[in-house]
Amino acid sequence: MHAIYNFVSGPLAWVAFILFFGGILYQLISRAMLAKKKDAYVYEYWNFYYAFRSILHWIFPFASTNSRKRPFLSIITFIFHLSIFVAPLFLFAHITLINEAFNVSWWFLPDGVADILTLVVIGACIFFLVRRMVQPDVKFLSSTSDYVLLALVAAPFVTGYWAYHQWPGNQIVTILHMLSAEVLLAIIPFTKLNHMFLFFFTRGYMGSEFGGVRFARDW
Amino acid sequence: MKDAAVENTQIHDEGIEKGAEKLTPEKIQQVYQKMMDAEAGARLKTYVESCVSCGLCSEACHFYLSYDKDPRYSPAGKVKQTMAVLMKKKGRVSVEFMKKASEIASTECNLCKRCAQYCPFGLDIAYVMLFVRRLCHKLGISPQYIQDTAQSHSVTYNQMWVKEDEWIDSLQWQEEEAQEEIEGLRIPVEKEGADIFYSVIGPEPKFRAQLIYQAAVIFNAAGLNWTMPATPGWDNSDMAMYTGDNEIMARIKRMHFETAMRLKVKRIVMGECGHAFRSIYDMGNRALGWRMPPVEVTHSIEFFYELIKSGKIKIAKKYEPTVTIHDPCNVIRGRGLHDMLRYVVHAICENVEEMHPNREHNFCCSAGGGVINCGPPWKMKRVNGNKVKAQQLFDAKSRGAETCVAPCHNCHGGLEDIIHHNEIGMDLKFLGDIIYEVMEKPESVL
Repeated sequence: MHAIYNFVSGPLAWVAFILFFGGILYQLISRAMLAKKKDAYVYEYWNFYYAFRSILHWIFPFASTNSRKRPFLSIITFIFHLSIFVAPLFLFAHITLINEAFNVSWWFLPDGVADILTLVVIGACIFFLVRRMVQPDVKFLSSTSDYVLLALVAAPFVTGYWAYHQWPGNQIVTILHMLSAEVLLAIIPFTKLNHMFLFFFTRGYMGSEFGGVRFARDW
Repeated sequence: MKDAAVENTQIHDEGIEKGAEKLTPEKIQQVYQKMMDAEAGARLKTYVESCVSCGLCSEACHFYLSYDKDPRYSPAGKVKQTMAVLMKKKGRVSVEFMKKASEIASTECNLCKRCAQYCPFGLDIAYVMLFVRRLCHKLGISPQYIQDTAQSHSVTYNQMWVKEDEWIDSLQWQEEEAQEEIEGLRIPVEKEGADIFYSVIGPEPKFRAQLIYQAAVIFNAAGLNWTMPATPGWDNSDMAMYTGDNEIMARIKRMHFETAMRLKVKRIVMGECGHAFRSIYDMGNRALGWRMPPVEVTHSIEFFYELIKSGKIKIAKKYEPTVTIHDPCNVIRGRGLHDMLRYVVHAICENVEEMHPNREHNFCCSAGGGVINCGPPWKMKRVNGNKVKAQQLFDAKSRGAETCVAPCHNCHGGLEDIIHHNEIGMDLKFLGDIIYEVMEKPESVL
């Protein structure tokens, strides 16, 4: 068990982070080059003011027409995305590990709050799953990969919650927690989860075109 | 309504059928690969692959809403049934599949870009649908009627097979007609150095010639220095843009811009047409490598706004029946002219009752994006695919609207069919129709 633990928390973590950051860099650079070659418009019309104007309207709930039409979904998706970043990045246990390894640390959340955020993520994932299975248009649009990705997003949070609360089998679950998080990090750049960073470019470009060429709101 | 959607899949289009007879899966794969290598960029890849299938675009689409939320009509659903499969299978698809893809891309999407306003990521589904149309064009399976129109552009540089002498005759005919009302009125042809080149679409000389008459009266009353060319290049319309025939799109736009340059005009003012504006301001110019049009282009909404605001045109008596305003996608979502449109309508009409949603969130007329140009086989699919617009018109009528103002030719075609089919009983007018009716015409002898 110790050997597996060491492997998962050591070398495998490095692999995951390299794939994550390397993958993001690769995707950004390769797409930027491809766009330069075949989507010259993107560079021509890109405008930081309009890009950010659009991004801000779509990041915050109720700032776009579509978001206002669906208050419940807007709040859930906003809190879900927020929690998915905040919970792991500001978790005491994670910061302790990083502090032990690299001697750096930063502000962290009280454990109780982190616990709630984790439950929010899990709850939102269940909501998304049900929505995918029940709402006809979303069901039609969904492929197997959508369900698998949803499970992969939920996995680190479910196992993390389990491990933190020291439920039975928490040694194995801790390993699964790290493993699932590593898998998730590694695949983000190479699956549609890459909307994590591509969002800013797709939204930004649409905002630039609507702002600078079409003179119309895109929210 | 599910049944209607199923029926729709059995519509026979000679262009798609005959083209498909010559296709094989190998040919499809070959053409697909060539096109992907040459033209598929970061946008296409991202738009298709990074969609998280959240369904937030569905309710942006009038087809989806009108066909009782049939998921196949959701914007992302159209990508899922076409480009997503093509990319996943690397073009190894059947002939049947491509026929269906052509139908979806050409007759179930007006390229109105409303979904881009509802997608949280700003994925441009209209762009993807155009990519599919271009692939279909290269495979020779574009719908017959719109392909015929593209052919006309290629041969005559106009949309309606109008010959050069017919064009000049139409102008002279309208000039003579107008002279009966206003003595000495001219439609100046080939006047080098005029301030304005007034450009229209092929259907105007063909069957809406009174619009040229009305425009001449407006130009005359405003005392403007304007002209129309006697040569090909007078037509600003562009259906090749909608079949994905980018080469012809570029050719006809070049002819149009070069005609303006030859006449040494200061700017092009164009009639009340939406898609032509898109071609000149958005797609055709880009195909020629111009970030913005090389000659200044003013859509007639903006032009009328100028004329009325500056007092060059004075209103004698406002139009009395209550009107409602239809916002054409290509000049509203495409150029933000909604406030100017309202300024003009309020200046010329007594009572205005808005449809909702409106301005840049308007619903398309369902004729745009070349869909009406796919002709009679697809008419009922298009009309039934816009029950939401029928509902909007009914609502406006219940609040007293008797006339719908739509400053776009395609919208007129589409709304006319919707109004007839649903027996809404509403008049349909261009801005020019009303301005001509209500303006001061000091020289008029009528």
